Amino acid sequence: MKKAIFYVALLVFITAAPFLFPDFRTQLATLWLMIVVSMTWDMTGGQMGYNSLGNIFFYGTGMYVAAIICIGLVHDVGLYNDAARSEIMKFTDTQYFVGAIVGILGAGIFCAISAVVIGYVTFGLRGPYFAIGTLGVAIAAGELVSNWEWVGGGQGIALPVYPGDLDTGKIFFYFLFAICGVVLFIFLKWLYQTRFGAAVNAIRDDEEKAEAMGIHTLRYKLTMWALAAFFVGMVGGISAFQLIHFEPLETAYQTINLGIFMVVCVLLGGKGTLWGPIIGAILFHVIKEVTWNYLLGWQWVALGALIVVTVVYFQDGLMGWLLLKKPEWFGVRVEKKESTTESVGGAS
Amino acid sequence: MSSIIDVQGVSKSYGGVLANTDISMQVQKGGITGLIGPNGSGKTTLFNSIVGYHPIDEGSIRFEGKEISKLPVQSIARLGLLRTFQQTRIYGAMNGVENMLISLPHRKMRFMDSFGQNSKADYERADMLLDFVGLYEKRFLKSGSLSFGQQKLLEFAMALMNEPTVLLLDEPTAGINPTLINGLIDRLKRANTEFGITLFIIEHNMRVIMNMADKIYCLAHGKMLASGTPQEIQGDQRVVDAYLGAH
Amino acid sequence: MDQILGNISLLFEFPVVNLKIVIDGLMIGALFALAAYGLALVWGVMNVKNLAQGDFVIAGGYVAWYLAKLGLPPLFGVPIAFVIMWGIGWVIYKTVISRVIERDLFTSLLATFGLAIMMAQIMNLLFGSDTQSIQLQYDTLYMFDGFVDIPIAKLLGVAMAAALAAGVIFFMKSSRMGQAIRATAQDARAARVLGINTEKVYSFTFSLNAAICGAAGAIIVMVWVIQPFYGITYSIRSFVIVTAAGLGNLPGVIAAGLGIGAAEQYGAHIFGIGYQQAIAVLLLLFVLIYRLIQQKRLRQSLK
Repeated sequence: MKKAIFYVALLVFITAAPFLFPDFRTQLATLWLMIVVSMTWDMTGGQMGYNSLGNIFFYGTGMYVAAIICIGLVHDVGLYNDAARSEIMKFTDTQYFVGAIVGILGAGIFCAISAVVIGYVTFGLRGPYFAIGTLGVAIAAGELVSNWEWVGGGQGIALPVYPGDLDTGKIFFYFLFAICGVVLFIFLKWLYQTRFGAAVNAIRDDEEKAEAMGIHTLRYKLTMWALAAFFVGMVGGISAFQLIHFEPLETAYQTINLGIFMVVCVLLGGKGTLWGPIIGAILFHVIKEVTWNYLLGWQWVALGALIVVTVVYFQDGLMGWLLLKKPEWFGVRVEKKESTTESVGGAS
Repeated sequence: MSSIIDVQGVSKSYGGVLANTDISMQVQKGGITGLIGPNGSGKTTLFNSIVGYHPIDEGSIRFEGKEISKLPVQSIARLGLLRTFQQTRIYGAMNGVENMLISLPHRKMRFMDSFGQNSKADYERADMLLDFVGLYEKRFLKSGSLSFGQQKLLEFAMALMNEPTVLLLDEPTAGINPTLINGLIDRLKRANTEFGITLFIIEHNMRVIMNMADKIYCLAHGKMLASGTPQEIQGDQRVVDAYLGAH
Repeated sequence: MDQILGNISLLFEFPVVNLKIVIDGLMIGALFALAAYGLALVWGVMNVKNLAQGDFVIAGGYVAWYLAKLGLPPLFGVPIAFVIMWGIGWVIYKTVISRVIERDLFTSLLATFGLAIMMAQIMNLLFGSDTQSIQLQYDTLYMFDGFVDIPIAKLLGVAMAAALAAGVIFFMKSSRMGQAIRATAQDARAARVLGINTEKVYSFTFSLNAAICGAAGAIIVMVWVIQPFYGITYSIRSFVIVTAAGLGNLPGVIAAGLGIGAAEQYGAHIFGIGYQQAIAVLLLLFVLIYRLIQQKRLRQSLK
């Protein structure tokens, strides 16, 4: 009951937030983006033990796929991206919204499929090889796309502007991100307590044992990554429409930007927990927004330092720290109590 | 009885050292087969060849008539040929019940089934098997905090949970308190008779294997030295020599 | 597409072009091999997969470049970069690496990735984001009617790289520290039991790695160009080479280094210079897939 009230209150707050803080609508939308990518990173990194450094691939690919679908429904993509013409080719309101929705969903589906294809190869890699292999995929994709003139090459793509006024546009994108985040949260809350969730945790804790027990490790790994990719692809697609103009290396396949942010968020909040990535994302986003401009060019150095410090000293994150300090909050109490009586019994 | 695992002429060498030379043996369906031999005789190598941990140089290994010598570990496990580890491997961060539920036979599930919740029957079966190995009282403890012997029992229970056709056990009594060994022998026998699981056991402890197996193979220096019933093996001078020679 | 086909047919029409590409590739590959050897050392001895490898190279390059700008003879940059990067490596080991050695591999990978970002950004702030190089006043050799040009500066760079490699190999083979390093690489616990101070071995190895990279970078800045953000490509190249060659396989590292250098030159020739970064990364994926297939035959995965 208390939980139900909490969730309802949360939902009300989420809905009201862009109206309560009208000056921060874009910030809040970005926060949702961070939350979604952190949660999806944790799906493989925290729950499955596969630390990808290349999940940004799905973000960038989602952007491009959404844009190409939206443009392709109405115009010739190659012509449109021929820099001068995107100014002339217009979209009607219906074309824009249909294109956006179809594009965003299509981006998710395309990314899920590409996750299966890439994962089929990369999931043979374990541990650090997987991390480096996925990083390689992301970097290679960025480099290749920036040489591909049909999608605008290094210039990127300029999408049509949101047809309504600026403020409704901001609210529109806020809710697109927020819906993604809420759906993802509910989905994961359910997923983590199915047999699938348990099997995925088994892969994290001891993959060799899981294999020896006949768990379909590859199938589960592919499914998990495809699900994660679906959501990353969708928020990538939303970002494409929100940003209007994006280019391959700095915006879409931004390996050391968002690509590493999501890892830091998850580590800050706590790997392998439902709330950890969310808390981490909020924490990180707030810290970043508050301090970024005061660092006078040193912000990237500070980010690197933050990664190092988090990894070296605070790897279990906030949730891990809480788990250590307040195990009873997480329902570990039963075992705790039994084990103490057990040891007392053993001693006497 | 028909043979369920059929090993024919298997050889395996590690960088010039012949670990197994031309080994042939059968595991009978529904029986308990033992594999003995002094240290370094190639028991574990043969075992690993069967479960798919490394490729073999020559020969064939068949499981229920299907060639498995080229399959990877997980495909072999999914056929119902399960193994336990000499150094036990359980999920230390989870409790006993969770460990059992993870061991549900995923190979028998349809893909969509894996998105379901564990049924009441699953929980009951987990409890029953934990009771069977004598860990019912400790089922909510973090398994990492169990003693080595208890972890071994838990791994055994997990293997039973998986409903294997054949269970390969790598030295099940190694590191177990001698007072518990009789209980373990009893449970292994009951797993064989009550659950109908074919057992294939590597064992160092002669007393244990002689009490259980109905057929024993003895390896020495990577070659098949002798095979037969426990009585025949006990009476075989070559086996005695091999063991004495190794000491 | 036509351009690519044209570039390929050029290779067949003028076989001597191949020679130029191969020579260029081998000269660059020698420097890749040097950085990769450092990575193999760190990887093998303390099981740290260092993603800041390339940034050590670039940092060494900037040391040499800065000294040359101050008016020192460029060749002096190599030993000085070696010494300075040794110091930086030691500091990084003490502050970061020593705390992640015993942890899981992703920890060290991510920590070094953080370091890589930091180093690249610091260099960007200190030296700006332009590409830099040192111009040496040496002639260029022309062969085969001018089809093949070999700047003597590059030859000198390769010779220095070879000398450095030879020195390191000799050191590893004959000195007590080299023996201790090799023993630790085989079994750190056994080495500890036998009284080897593994902590000292670790810090020495990591510093040595940074120094080798630094020297390689000081050579690279003379024969090529550097830029603060080129580091990651060098890190990836090092990974490609070590993954292809395997650990503790020195001839393999050299061969793979030269091979990668040549492959990249061919790629750049065929697809155009814009694809140079992509080719370096795609080579990583090819090598990983190749190794995977190899491991699959052994019924194993790539760990």
